Amino acid sequence: MIKLTHVSKQYPRKGLALDDVSFEVGKGEFVFLTGHSGSGKSTTMRLIHMAEQPTSGEVRVTGYSSAAVSDRDIWKVRRRVGYVFQDFRLLPGRSALDNVAFALEVTGSPPKEIVPRAQRLLTQVGLLPRAGADVSDLSGGEQQRVAIARALANDPYLLLADEPTGNLDERATRGIMDLFWEINAKGMAVLMATHDLELVRSFSQAAVIELDQGKLVYDSRKG
Amino acid sequence: MYAVREGFAAFRRAPVLTGLSSAMVGLALFVVGLFGLAAYNLQLALTAIEERVEVVLYLRDDTRQSEIDLAVEELGGLAEVQGVRYISKRDALAQAREQLPEFGELFSEGSVNPLPQSLEVELRPGAHTSEAVRRVVETGTIYPFVEDIQYGQDWVDKLFVIRRIGAVSAAIMGGAFALVAALIIGTALRIAIFARREEIYVMRLVGATNWFIRRPFLLEGALAGMLGGLLAWLLTYLAYRAVYTWLFAIAWIPIAWVGIGLASGTLFGAVASGLSIRRHLREV
Repeated sequence: MIKLTHVSKQYPRKGLALDDVSFEVGKGEFVFLTGHSGSGKSTTMRLIHMAEQPTSGEVRVTGYSSAAVSDRDIWKVRRRVGYVFQDFRLLPGRSALDNVAFALEVTGSPPKEIVPRAQRLLTQVGLLPRAGADVSDLSGGEQQRVAIARALANDPYLLLADEPTGNLDERATRGIMDLFWEINAKGMAVLMATHDLELVRSFSQAAVIELDQGKLVYDSRKG
Repeated sequence: MYAVREGFAAFRRAPVLTGLSSAMVGLALFVVGLFGLAAYNLQLALTAIEERVEVVLYLRDDTRQSEIDLAVEELGGLAEVQGVRYISKRDALAQAREQLPEFGELFSEGSVNPLPQSLEVELRPGAHTSEAVRRVVETGTIYPFVEDIQYGQDWVDKLFVIRRIGAVSAAIMGGAFALVAALIIGTALRIAIFARREEIYVMRLVGATNWFIRRPFLLEGALAGMLGGLLAWLLTYLAYRAVYTWLFAIAWIPIAWVGIGLASGTLFGAVASGLSIRRHLREV
């Protein structure tokens, strides 16, 4: 599903963000990517989402290689990989339903199927009763559920979540984590970046990869 | 469908911005239109003058009729020549009397006719270039009985210089203002893109194709360009009416030119917005 092979990423000003990192995430796995801020978690997520290219090494995601994929073909990767952010990145001034429908519309879903599918996705994240509400009027937890519904719009193989609970209180965090587990239980791989070690410990059945100053220092699957 | 809806939505969402960019494009293309109007009328005037260019071969008095006939036939056979007219000494005198009555005594009956006989060579339409004139003159100089050849050499050369200057400056000015129009649309589109950067970001995030993202902006740019083109057409026509009514009679530019102007406005709009969105997509 995801395979990083000797990946390094050097920025002109910030210097070395990732240093010879190699790991894999297989089908149906749930993996936490942990580390202090500045350890390279977000850079890793951006490389997996093909928003950036590695300076050296190779990133393979759902069959696409960073060495071969062009800007023109990025959309193919994006439809296989859902992405959830800490700050939700929803379109303000639009309803929860419209935000999910937007993702379906711009990726070419047949017009007649858009609203029923968006409603099904909101049902899946438990937010159908709030479908008509402007996203700005929703709580943080509810906004993140909309973002997850949007990420699932194209039936991805893999869900990337970059600090998805960073802005949420404990109760909302628990709800979102339960949702991720449900999604994972249906067979979708989940890679979640977080610096919250408490959260990681409370989900002991998930694999853990730890980064420190751009280097991979721990992979629970390898001991 | 999405592209059409969003392309038109720009005019509803930011009518001042899109209206202003159309107006600016209209003004830039109006300058191109004025230049076109001037260039077209200059061309018409030059063509009218050029049509009057003809080559006159003055013949010696002792030229035999058979030699004249041969020259008429040979000159008439040249590709550039429309026709050759023989003017006898008597005809020349009659013409002079008619055109220059103040010299009536000089040309009075009974006195010696000082005017030479001549061959007036009329050029074909479109064959008034200096090269064509020179070919006719070169043929004329071969004949030993030709005393002198006049063809307004200075005029012919000057006309071609003026025509060339007109064409070059029209191309440069037209190109410069077209570039200005493209830059204006590009800048307006950059603002429109900035206003919708979150949408574009989400589109990229969820896997919309670049082409899908680009389409509404291309349409918006093309519409702004077309509206600008229509405005330029209207302004140019008003300027034409004003000059025609209050200054002097001029001709309206051919309809094909108007079509080209409108098409270029639309195309510039689409290209400028295409470049802007392309640049933006590389950044997100």
